[in-house]
Amino acid sequence: MKLREIAHSRTGDKGNISNISLIVYDMKDYEKIKENVTVEKVKAWFKDIVDGEVVRYELPNIGALNFVMDGALGGGVTRSLALDKHGKSLSSALLNMEI
Amino acid sequence: MKSIRIGSGAGYAGDRIEPAIEIIEKGDIDYIAFECLAERTIAIAQQEKMTNPEKGYNHLLEYRMKKILPLCKSKNIKVITNMGAANPEGAAKKVKEIAKKLNISDLKIAAILGDNIYDNISKYMNNKVLETGKSLKELEGEIVSANTYIGAEGIVEALKNGADIIITGRVADPAIFIAPMIYEFNWSFEDYEKIGKGTLAGHLLECAGQVTGGYFADPGYKDVKNLSKLGFPIANVYENGDTVITKVKESGGQVTEATCKEQLLYEIHNPAEYITPDVIANFSKVSIKEIDTDEVKVSGGNGKEKTDTLKTSIGYVDCFIGEGEISYGGPGAYEKAKLAEEIVKDRLKMLNIPVEELRIDLIGVNSLYKDSISDTLGNGTNSEVRLRVAGRTKSNESATFIGNEVEALYTNGPAAGGGATKSVKKIVSIASIFIPRDDINTTILYEEV
Repeated sequence: MKLREIAHSRTGDKGNISNISLIVYDMKDYEKIKENVTVEKVKAWFKDIVDGEVVRYELPNIGALNFVMDGALGGGVTRSLALDKHGKSLSSALLNMEI
Repeated sequence: MKSIRIGSGAGYAGDRIEPAIEIIEKGDIDYIAFECLAERTIAIAQQEKMTNPEKGYNHLLEYRMKKILPLCKSKNIKVITNMGAANPEGAAKKVKEIAKKLNISDLKIAAILGDNIYDNISKYMNNKVLETGKSLKELEGEIVSANTYIGAEGIVEALKNGADIIITGRVADPAIFIAPMIYEFNWSFEDYEKIGKGTLAGHLLECAGQVTGGYFADPGYKDVKNLSKLGFPIANVYENGDTVITKVKESGGQVTEATCKEQLLYEIHNPAEYITPDVIANFSKVSIKEIDTDEVKVSGGNGKEKTDTLKTSIGYVDCFIGEGEISYGGPGAYEKAKLAEEIVKDRLKMLNIPVEELRIDLIGVNSLYKDSISDTLGNGTNSEVRLRVAGRTKSNESATFIGNEVEALYTNGPAAGGGATKSVKKIVSIASIFIPRDDINTTILYEEV
């Protein structure tokens, strides 16, 4: 199953750090993403893009995980050479992950 | 319980005006706040101010004020905005001029000053830059601006002094929303639980349409109604800090638990420690509950004592970025783009162009996610591919070669390339340092008509 089937996501940017939320549509799927979408898996998924550490925060009240990825934005929004300097489209990539 | 209604009039510098007018006319609001400053905006505005001391504020200030001033005056809605950018004083004078022209009288305009520490920057040369880990004095490139994120205090004082329109430079985004709560409910600046709750409401409002269904639609999965008439959000904030996010009934978009959850985590790192000048807010235990159509109750925000330091954004001339693009289509589109890529790389090498970093994208293939993720999404055939070459250089001259070599693919590259474009940009980047809170002195200037 792809994450897109059970969750939605939005990316935010601050300097060279990207955060990606992963929010389940149905609270019963929260444990599923908590168990399956680990830091290691997200780090491996974004290996071409993220240079630094990935930290995961859990928000059981709203059925969400928040991944904070350091070194993800080509040196920072203001100086990145990327077309999508903010990494806005990274959320869609996470939703394509199979669990 | 006492409550106030705060509307969000803009989520970025260039946002639409109609949804702001709609909430002024139909939203039954007491305040409207326009959030218009991204990280780099002030650095660019500061350069404008250097060439013309009367400029350096948001380019849409006049346009927006002409439309909203008469409405806000007649409905007694107060306006708070960071549209002052590098020149809140100049912006306040401009608003006064507009009010006069519109025959509006009995209007008090406040400009909040004190965020600009450019004149004192030499004091902080040994401070560590967040982005590089090195000291500020090691930063290469001329410093063009230095602005500290300040809190709600100045705005609250201006409200106490009867200001109708409050214009700031760099303040923390949530500050323009929590100031009216602190003023109206007489919250103490040390009541961190309430300030934390207010910050949560402010955070949900600060990107305007991003909480009412904008930036949310994913057809077939997350559908949103009537996006071309997207309404902007209104927060109904209660004295205890609980908030209901809503919008004007007939406007487009939607306020749901899902739209609020996405915006809750937008640009948040540790949800238990969201640091602003006014509080370290805690969003980790927030609960979000739909209580009616387009009415979502948000509660459980919290906070703890604010930090002794304030984040300061320093704009500096960093580098030049040269770019060029060209498209290939039909059979062999991908192969032609790959060949073109090799030619440009060879040419830049042959010409000895000093490029610090070069990035090559095939738009339609790997420009967003590079290769490994793109491969999992990929289909292997492309009806069209656009080659994009971007390079970072020290000089304008070197940057120019990058676009030129892409353009030269017209007559010198693979067959049938089309739509070449090129550009060179001087890049002002941001370096962040932290300075003692006590170094900042907020002052307020008033203009009256």
